[in-house]
Amino acid sequence: MGIEQKAGDMGIVTVGLEQAVNWARVNAMWPMLFGLACCAIEMMSAQASHFDMSRFGMELMRASPRQSDLMIVAGRVSRKMAPVLRRLYDQLPDPKWVISMGDCASCSGVFNNYALVQGVDEIVPVDVYVAGCPPRPEALIHGVLTLYDKVRNEKITTWK
Amino acid sequence: MAEPLEVNYQELKHLVSERALQGDTVLLNMGPQHPSTHGVLRLLLELDGEVIINCIPDIGFLHTGIEKNMESKRWEMAEVMTDRTDYLNNTGNNLAYCLAIERLTDLDVPPRAQAVRVILVELERISNHLIWLGTHALDLAAMSVFLYCFRERESILDIKEMCSGQRMMTTYFRPGGLWRDIPADFEIAVRRFLRMFPERIKEYDALLKKNPIFMDRTRNIGKISAADAINLSLTGPVLRGSGVAYDLRKVQPYSGYEQYEFDIPTGTHGDVYDRYLVRMEEMRQSLRIIQQALDKLPYGAFRSNNRKYVPPPRSELGTSMEAVIHHFKLWTEGFNVPKGAVYQPVESPKGELGYYVESNGGNQPYRVHMRTCSFLNLQALPLMAKGHMVADLVGIIGSIDIVLGDCDR
Amino acid sequence: MAEEHLKTTLKALKDRFGLEDAPLMKYPPALVAESGQIVQVSQVLRDEFAYDFLCELTAVDYWPEESPRFHVIYGFYSHPHNVRLMLRVPVNGDNPSLPTLEGVYRGANWHERELWDMFGIHFDGHSDLRRILMPYDWEGHPLRKDYPLGYEEPQFTFNYDEIDKRKHHARYEEA
Repeated sequence: MGIEQKAGDMGIVTVGLEQAVNWARVNAMWPMLFGLACCAIEMMSAQASHFDMSRFGMELMRASPRQSDLMIVAGRVSRKMAPVLRRLYDQLPDPKWVISMGDCASCSGVFNNYALVQGVDEIVPVDVYVAGCPPRPEALIHGVLTLYDKVRNEKITTWK
Repeated sequence: MAEPLEVNYQELKHLVSERALQGDTVLLNMGPQHPSTHGVLRLLLELDGEVIINCIPDIGFLHTGIEKNMESKRWEMAEVMTDRTDYLNNTGNNLAYCLAIERLTDLDVPPRAQAVRVILVELERISNHLIWLGTHALDLAAMSVFLYCFRERESILDIKEMCSGQRMMTTYFRPGGLWRDIPADFEIAVRRFLRMFPERIKEYDALLKKNPIFMDRTRNIGKISAADAINLSLTGPVLRGSGVAYDLRKVQPYSGYEQYEFDIPTGTHGDVYDRYLVRMEEMRQSLRIIQQALDKLPYGAFRSNNRKYVPPPRSELGTSMEAVIHHFKLWTEGFNVPKGAVYQPVESPKGELGYYVESNGGNQPYRVHMRTCSFLNLQALPLMAKGHMVADLVGIIGSIDIVLGDCDR
Repeated sequence: MAEEHLKTTLKALKDRFGLEDAPLMKYPPALVAESGQIVQVSQVLRDEFAYDFLCELTAVDYWPEESPRFHVIYGFYSHPHNVRLMLRVPVNGDNPSLPTLEGVYRGANWHERELWDMFGIHFDGHSDLRRILMPYDWEGHPLRKDYPLGYEEPQFTFNYDEIDKRKHHARYEEA
C-alpha cells in the first residue's frame, strides 16, 4: 500500500520496475520483415486480416533492422544467406529476441544437405522455436505469445 | 569466408559500365533483405542519379540443393520436396512430378482424379495470382488490396486443407491419381467460392484498373518485345503480356485440359500494366475451368489400380496375400521406375514449369531437374529495367512475379 | 502437321550432321550430338526449322563412368509448329567444356552459369561465367555424383556433444 494511501486520489500507481519494463516491451514488439521462403507466406497470412497479429501488438513489420526488436526467421537459411542473417541480427538494437519459425529454421526440416544451415541456432541465439512445415498462423501466434510469457518473466539481472 | 556483401568491383568489372569505374555512377546494393524484392534477391544497381544504367541480379540466397537431395530419397518420398520449390504453386509442382513419373511408367490416371487435379491446380493458380496482386499492389502503395487478397486466399486454403489436411504443402497428388478421395464438403466449398469470387475480382479492378496513380506507375514501364522475350526463354504472363499466345494448357494439353473451354488472354504492349491485365483475366478464365470441371466431375476411382506402384486399400489386406506382398514391397523398397528420361512441361501460374526426370531403373530418382519459370524470367530483368528509375524497378520486379524458392531451388 | 514438321526436322538433322537417336528419352524425341556440332545444329534449328525457343538446358552425371561422364541435354521448342525436340551431348569427365549457346539463344546465359556452378562444365565464349547459386568462394561442384550430400547425422546420445558444439547459440545454455 504505501504511497497510494498517502496520495489518495492523485492517480499514482506503484508497480515493480521489472513488471513495468517488461509490460512495455511485450505490448509493442515490432518484428523485422525477414521472410525467406514458404514460412514467410504463412507469416504474411498471420499478419493479414484473418489471423490478425496486430491484436498482440505487432502492428506492422519494419523493414529496417534498426527500428525493430524481434526477428522472426521464417524460412530456410542457406549457406550464402548465413552471413547476411548474422549481420542483420547484429544490427538489431538491444533488447532483441529471435523466433525461429518453421522446421527449416529450427533444424533444416526436410532438407538435410550441403546447402542449408542446419538450424538457425548455429548462427543466432534463438528464444522460441515454432514447429511446422509451414506452421499454421495460429501456431505462429502461439509462438509469439510464448515469447511474451518469457519476456514477462525476465528479471533485472538478465536484461541486456 | 569472404564477405559476400561487399561490392566487388574487380569481379563485376565486365558487367558495369565504364563510368562506374571512374566513379561517375553509384553502385547501390538492393540487398537480400528488402521489403520489395519478394524474397531474398540481391540486386546490384548502377545508378546515374535516379536512373538505372545497369541492374545485376544476384541469386542463390535460397539455394536448398533440392535436386541433389531428391536423388537420395525414394520416388514417392522425393515428391515432398517438390512442394517446396515454388511454394506458391504446390499442387502445380506435384502435378508436374506425378505426370513425369506416369509418363515413364505408363500409369493410367482415372478421369475423376484428372478432374480433381485440374480443379485444385486452377484454384492454386487463382491463389498465386492473389498473392501476386497483393504484394505487387503493396509495393506500389495500395495496401488495402493486400489485405483483401489474403482474405480471399483463406477460402482456397480451407479447400486444400479439407482435401489433404495441410494448408500449403499438400502433396495431395500421387503417381496414379490422388492420395485419397475428396471429402463430401469439397463440392459445396468450391461452389461457394465460385459464387463469391467474381464479385471480388470486380472489386480489385475497381480499385486498380483505372486508378491514375496505378496507371502512371505501370504504363510504359518494363517493356519487352515478343521477339526478345522468346529468345530470352520467357514464359507465362510475361510472354503473354507481350502478345504471344503460348499456354501449355492449350497447345500441349495434359490431365484432361482439352475437355474444357477457356481463352488465353494476351497483352499488346508488353509493359507492366498489360501483365496486370493478363493475370486478372487469367483469374476469370480459371473460374470458368473450375466451373466446367466441377459440373462434369465423373464418379469412379481416384487412383490407378496398378498395384506395382499404388498401394492396395487397407480393406484388401485382410483377405488377399498379394495385396500384403505389394503393400510390403511398396513400404520397404518403394516402386521401381523403368529406365528412361522424360521432360514434362506444365503451365504453372508463372510460366512453363518443366521437370526433367531420369531414372536408371531403381527406386530412387537418378536425376531430377526443375526448369523453373522464375529462374529464366529473372534473366530479363536487366533488359527491362534499363533506363527506368529505382521506383519503377519495384513495379517491374513485382510484375515478373518471381518466387525465390522457384528460382534458386 | 506438328508431327510432320518433327519428322522432317529429325530426318534433316540426321542426314546433315550424322546424328543418331537417343533411345533413353521417352518423350520428347531426342538425338545425340557431338560437342563441336552443337552451335551449328542449334543455329540450323533456329533459322531453318523455326525452333525459336530454348526450353531446357541441363546435365546428368554418370559417374563413375569417365567417358562420357556428363550428358548435357538441350531442349528446343518451336512456337509456330508446336513441337519439341531434345539434344543430348556427351561430355568427358576431365576438363569438361562446351561452346556456349549464348549467341544463338540469349536465354542460355543463366542456364550455362548454373551448369558451371553445379557440374563444373566450362562454356567457352560465355560472357559472364561465374557461380550463380552457390557462394562465390565455394569449392567443388555440388551436383556431381562424387560430391557428398553433406547431411548432418541424427543426434543420438553417443554423438550428442559433437553435434551440440555447432549449436552453441541455443539460448537455454546462455540463460
